[in-house]
Amino acid sequence: MRLIMNRAFIIFSTLAAIVGLLFLGWILFTLFSKGLQGLSFDVFRKDLIEGGLRNVIVGQIMMSGIATFIGIPIGILAGIYLQEYGGNSRSTEFLRDLSDVMMSAPSIVVGTFVYAIVVVPTGHTSGWAGVLALFILMVPIIVRTTDDMLKLVPIELREAGIAIGASKYHVTMNIVVRYAKAGILTGILLAFARVVGETAPLIYTSGSSEFWSTDLTGTFPSLTVSIYNLATMPDDKMVQLGWTGAFLLTTMVLIINLLGRYASNKKRSK
Amino acid sequence: MELLFKKIAQLSASLVFVILAATTVVLYLSAKPAIQEFGAGFFFESRWAVEEKVELSPAELSELELLEADKSTFISDDFIEDEDDFIMDDEDFITDDDMESDSNESRIVYGALVPIVGTIFSTLIAMLFSLPIAMGIAVFLSEIAPSALAKPVGVAIELLASIPSIIYGMWGLFYFGPFIADLFGGNTVSLLVAGLVLGIMVIPFMAALSRDAITTVPDMLKESAYAMGATKLEVIKDVVFPYAKSGIIGSIILSFGRALGETMAVAFVIGGVYQFAGKITDPTNSIPVVLANSFAESSGLSLSVLFYLALILFVLSFAVIAIAKLYFLRGK
Repeated sequence: MRLIMNRAFIIFSTLAAIVGLLFLGWILFTLFSKGLQGLSFDVFRKDLIEGGLRNVIVGQIMMSGIATFIGIPIGILAGIYLQEYGGNSRSTEFLRDLSDVMMSAPSIVVGTFVYAIVVVPTGHTSGWAGVLALFILMVPIIVRTTDDMLKLVPIELREAGIAIGASKYHVTMNIVVRYAKAGILTGILLAFARVVGETAPLIYTSGSSEFWSTDLTGTFPSLTVSIYNLATMPDDKMVQLGWTGAFLLTTMVLIINLLGRYASNKKRSK
Repeated sequence: MELLFKKIAQLSASLVFVILAATTVVLYLSAKPAIQEFGAGFFFESRWAVEEKVELSPAELSELELLEADKSTFISDDFIEDEDDFIMDDEDFITDDDMESDSNESRIVYGALVPIVGTIFSTLIAMLFSLPIAMGIAVFLSEIAPSALAKPVGVAIELLASIPSIIYGMWGLFYFGPFIADLFGGNTVSLLVAGLVLGIMVIPFMAALSRDAITTVPDMLKESAYAMGATKLEVIKDVVFPYAKSGIIGSIILSFGRALGETMAVAFVIGGVYQFAGKITDPTNSIPVVLANSFAESSGLSLSVLFYLALILFVLSFAVIAIAKLYFLRGK
């Protein structure tokens, strides 16, 4: 009886794993087959208004890129503060817990917040509003990974630096951060991958535009919001374009994730 | 230099707190008109944008038409025992006039009960569906599969957890929804489809976290149990699960929090109508979806109501996530 139960349990677990993987495989299969169908050079050459995706892809990457660009120094500095200066005081622990929770906060709520502080006062959607929403989403991620990565730096390195008379600033920037560089890079890549695929906080902050634009003060083209709009259109050609966009988006996110893994693996094997 | 650096770093660190506090304050201030207007009754009011004697905007009209079209499929059941007056068809519009004793002629009634119930039920369906599968995957990866298989599959699961949620929603709309409708009947967009898509979305997330929790169990504990003749099931049931319990519960609650606030995976497949799902295969609504769909065309009170909803969602998911992270997953 025990052995039968055991066998049943193993079979059940394996089956569950297979079922789960089947669903996920089904999604990927659909994505690839539908996405590749519509893939052509025109997708990258033309803007949405002419049936391509050029402007929305560039728009999405620009918004996420600028958000990352602003988020990196602030996130890393905050992480440094928590690990190097904050010690284990209650306020440090509090900030740490807070960014931990913020990491998983619903992104749509961040969108409503930005809508209230940017879109309502200015009266229209804008690229900067989208950037701000993505920035708010990514800072806690960078803070936590930096904090975690710095924690792994051996205390002896810091002591050695201080012993030869280096200031705390020098020790932090030239020894500790340098040691943890690969891990921090991974955190940044993962944070970028996470925000580049966000839709909910962009719907009414950046909106989306069918035209080429690099002007962040106006409504800004967004790939994810466009996918959302295209997929619900009655025209099959539009839906097809949506699938192509979804395919490109997923490919981009997966590649960045793999890069992030590669960066941290290289570190570990060293 | 030294001091400056410390100050700047400190400022950056407090930014997280500032953002959080600002979010709460701004949401509260923006929601204030709605809070004053509806108070706590908002939670129990099931009508949305029901308005007396005043012309409806086209958007609201089309919503009402949708509701009417679905009226035939509506069956009152235990969700709504004491809410018999909420069916929103034209007849009720007229008769409702006298029921609003404290309101003037043009008051519009908003209530959050439909999206709240929709959110909770779609999340529960998601959890019921994903829990056994995710646990199966976690156990399979950590205890059953040979490491040559466990490693690539584990990486694949982690990668799948990073796929943007809009992809899951789109797949649900075009493939999974029709599939479920064929299987169980009913609509291609429904509470059931939304719950299942949500469930599939959190599977990789929950599986990866639970596997991490399970792999923290020291091999020595497991080996001693095996040495005493325990079967794999007994080892997992009596050694692994008790040891990794708080990590596993934490990962489940965290997935719950994630499903709760998920917008895009649900927006495509829940239907977006302000109506209870009488049957599980009926369309309904959820808080994030209401927020995603109605912001652009709202202003004044209707906008404030949306902020009220956002505040509810924020507080709710914040509490759930905080419980998971700070109580169950601490010390990792």
